[in-house]
Amino acid sequence: MGQPLIDLVNISKSFDGTLVLDDLNLSVKENTFVTLLGPSGCGKTTTLRIIGGFEHADTGKVVFDGQDISNLPPNKRQLNTVFQKYALFTHMNIEENIAFGLKIKNKPKAYINDKIKYALKLVNLDGFEKRSVDSLSGGQQQRIAIARAIVNEPRVLLLDEPLGALDLKLRQDMQYELIRLKNELGITFIYVTHDQEEALTMSDTIVVMNQGYIQQTGTPEQIYNEPENAFVADFIGESNIVPGIMIRDELVEIFGSRFACVDKGFGSNRPVDVVIRPEDIDLVKPEDGTLEGVCTHLIFKGVHYEMEVTTPDGFEWLVHSTDMCPVGTKVGIHVDPFDIQIMNKPASEDEEAVGVNE
Amino acid sequence: MSKKLLSGPYIAWMIGFTIIPLALIVFYGLTDRSGAFTLDNVLAIATPEHRKALWLSLVLSFLSTIVCLVLAYPLAMILRKRNMGRGSFVVFIFILPMWMNFLLRTMAWQTLLEKNGVINGILSFLHLPTQSIINTWGAIILGMVYNFLPFMILPIYNVLCKIDDNTINAAKDLGANFFQVLVHIWFPLSVPGVISGITMVFVPALTTFVISNLLGGSKILLIGNVIEQEFTRGSNWNLGSGLSLVLMIFILISMALIAKYDKNGEGTAF
Amino acid sequence: MKKRKENILKFVENFYLVIILIFLYAPIVTMMVLSFNNSKSRTQWGGFTLKWYAEMFEASTVMDALTNTLIIAFASALIAAIIGTAAAIAINSMRRVPKMIVMGITNIPMLNADIVTGISLMLAFIAFGISLGFRTILIAHITFNIPYVILSVMPKLKQTSKSTYEAAMDLGASPVYAFFKVVFPDILPGVLSGFLLAFTMSLDDFIITHFTRGAGINTLSTLIYSEVRRGIRPSMYALSSIIFSAVLVLLLITNFAPNFKKEKC
Repeated sequence: MGQPLIDLVNISKSFDGTLVLDDLNLSVKENTFVTLLGPSGCGKTTTLRIIGGFEHADTGKVVFDGQDISNLPPNKRQLNTVFQKYALFTHMNIEENIAFGLKIKNKPKAYINDKIKYALKLVNLDGFEKRSVDSLSGGQQQRIAIARAIVNEPRVLLLDEPLGALDLKLRQDMQYELIRLKNELGITFIYVTHDQEEALTMSDTIVVMNQGYIQQTGTPEQIYNEPENAFVADFIGESNIVPGIMIRDELVEIFGSRFACVDKGFGSNRPVDVVIRPEDIDLVKPEDGTLEGVCTHLIFKGVHYEMEVTTPDGFEWLVHSTDMCPVGTKVGIHVDPFDIQIMNKPASEDEEAVGVNE
Repeated sequence: MSKKLLSGPYIAWMIGFTIIPLALIVFYGLTDRSGAFTLDNVLAIATPEHRKALWLSLVLSFLSTIVCLVLAYPLAMILRKRNMGRGSFVVFIFILPMWMNFLLRTMAWQTLLEKNGVINGILSFLHLPTQSIINTWGAIILGMVYNFLPFMILPIYNVLCKIDDNTINAAKDLGANFFQVLVHIWFPLSVPGVISGITMVFVPALTTFVISNLLGGSKILLIGNVIEQEFTRGSNWNLGSGLSLVLMIFILISMALIAKYDKNGEGTAF
Repeated sequence: MKKRKENILKFVENFYLVIILIFLYAPIVTMMVLSFNNSKSRTQWGGFTLKWYAEMFEASTVMDALTNTLIIAFASALIAAIIGTAAAIAINSMRRVPKMIVMGITNIPMLNADIVTGISLMLAFIAFGISLGFRTILIAHITFNIPYVILSVMPKLKQTSKSTYEAAMDLGASPVYAFFKVVFPDILPGVLSGFLLAFTMSLDDFIITHFTRGAGINTLSTLIYSEVRRGIRPSMYALSSIIFSAVLVLLLITNFAPNFKKEKC
């Protein structure tokens, strides 16, 4: 996938004495779709604003294509931003909005007109040149904000929760739109969101952040299937996180029962955290399960049933299944070895600090 | 339905004490002492004496409006950037001087500006040449700027505060430098406030008779002085009303400008 | 390097702010200093004294003018607040065209030149046969004060959501009860700031008072104006300094002590 295009090196930033980013390092390769994902206040937007040049890091540097651009103002950077609430210029029409950056660069008129046509086509808004900003719906304004950014041929497009203000259906449509745009343009997208579904759908790489730290970087599959800590497991999708003891390689004990797994290298008799996704739990006859419990809760969710199974130790297991289990029935819990994900317990204080906030 | 009735007292009041009085000025302005129709009172503006006063008023009020604008715009930008937190605090600072009587505040400038005044004292202490601007155009302009500057600052500040930070960031992001952002974003978006500020400074400056009286000595006559004298000393109300009608033309132009550029009332001072 | 540039810019900005504030407040400080000046001259410092403060209470013309000024300011602001608030509520529920017409009329006293407003009112009072005096000043002040109240209350009314009022009625409140329990608390800050603004404008007015007052009555402004030629007695400086300081203290307490107004810029 190409060379590192952006390198954030040892970035720290605090506002009014509160540390927002703590010694952050991040490398973004050319032509990838990278998503910064995390709850509000995790530092993802600050990271984006530092890349865009709207904030200055207290320490560390921003390297773009081999050059340190830490002190470059936003107007000198080869990247463009799509802002949270679009930030369109309301005193200009659509055409003037899109032409803004090109006029600043003194491009010839014919070139600008071609670019406007091209960009509007790209975002499926042909013929909107003379419309006013106020006459557009949220989704359309969003597309114009993207068009306004990409006509400048940035090498990186920064997107700050661009779909946050749209309704669900439109948001899903725009997700596909963004993937298509990224592929057609062949540039790097850095995308900020708190919506894990958005992140999983669109990204090549997801960077999960919490409280100023990067928790995990990886492909959507890695992030979902192999969360490295309890925070990531809890933040991405739904999961059962239970304490366990690693008996030896490929064998873990949960609530006194032993489960076969595929993880190695955790040593023997070590306490660990175990993540099991609700859809990976198979409910079987009590005598066939590794653990035994009683179904205590049942909700129909459309594509599946959501159930809670309480085991004698009091833990409530979240289970998704297309098979229904009436409340009160005794069931057995079975999990396939490759569906069990073992994580180290938080060791250092820093890791403790960034752990799950229930 | 009943809600509309609440505006009854107000509408009656405004008809009685705003509309009818203005109609009376028109009536007086277009009649002579015997009540017969005449345009003489309005045309009296063309006499050399009146023309000179009107011209001087226009020049001085124009200059003080420009000075106010030049001083207020950067100030409003700084205030916005500082985000003084509460908008009320900024208003507070600029309204506060009004609690010292307007006449006394203006008189104080006499003390500051006089030949042996405070400013010249400081200047000579610094071995700089002393200035004598009391009783000159300069003093009147200073008085106008001093009295009306808040009315320029507040509307501009209010309208600048409504501009989203990200709109500015977006322009920078698209490659605009400081001056390009100023010309393409700040200025066009602040037009309502600027227009409102201009009229709020220009109209009172054009029509003042107090500031010219206090700081200009008795030699400098503005159109306001002429009209005031017609009512208080000359007692030719018809002539005074006729000249007021001329002034009202400028006021109407200001109102039309506001209606055109500040449709949503964004640029109000308070 | 970036930091240094920012610091220089910040310094320049602070410097500019201070210059403007000095410009605005220098005359006020001057007046305050003069109120302690033992010499009657406006330019010579004759030593420190408090005698003007003592003298001020003995001069009946000054005290009468002060009483008139305060009564007119208070009464005109209060009446304007009542008429203006009622009008704002009505205007808020009007349709577009009537609303535009009424708001246009509201703007007249704000945009009109004081001298024209003053003269027109004077002509009207004489035409109506109302003799110039306390009453006419009061009416004139109410007239130019109402728009300030309306313009302060209107934005608050726009912010007030219609559904809270409707919810109150839904829960069984009468329209009047619902208004005073639900809507009025929301617009109260606007009414208060309108009142305060009106009070200030009334206190500071000279021109309109100048034309609408009769022979025997003075406010502080007109009294000062009449003394300009022969020299203002220094107890005027003393009185104004007291008023200014009192207001400053009052506003500082109400504005900054209990609940910080968190109106973001």
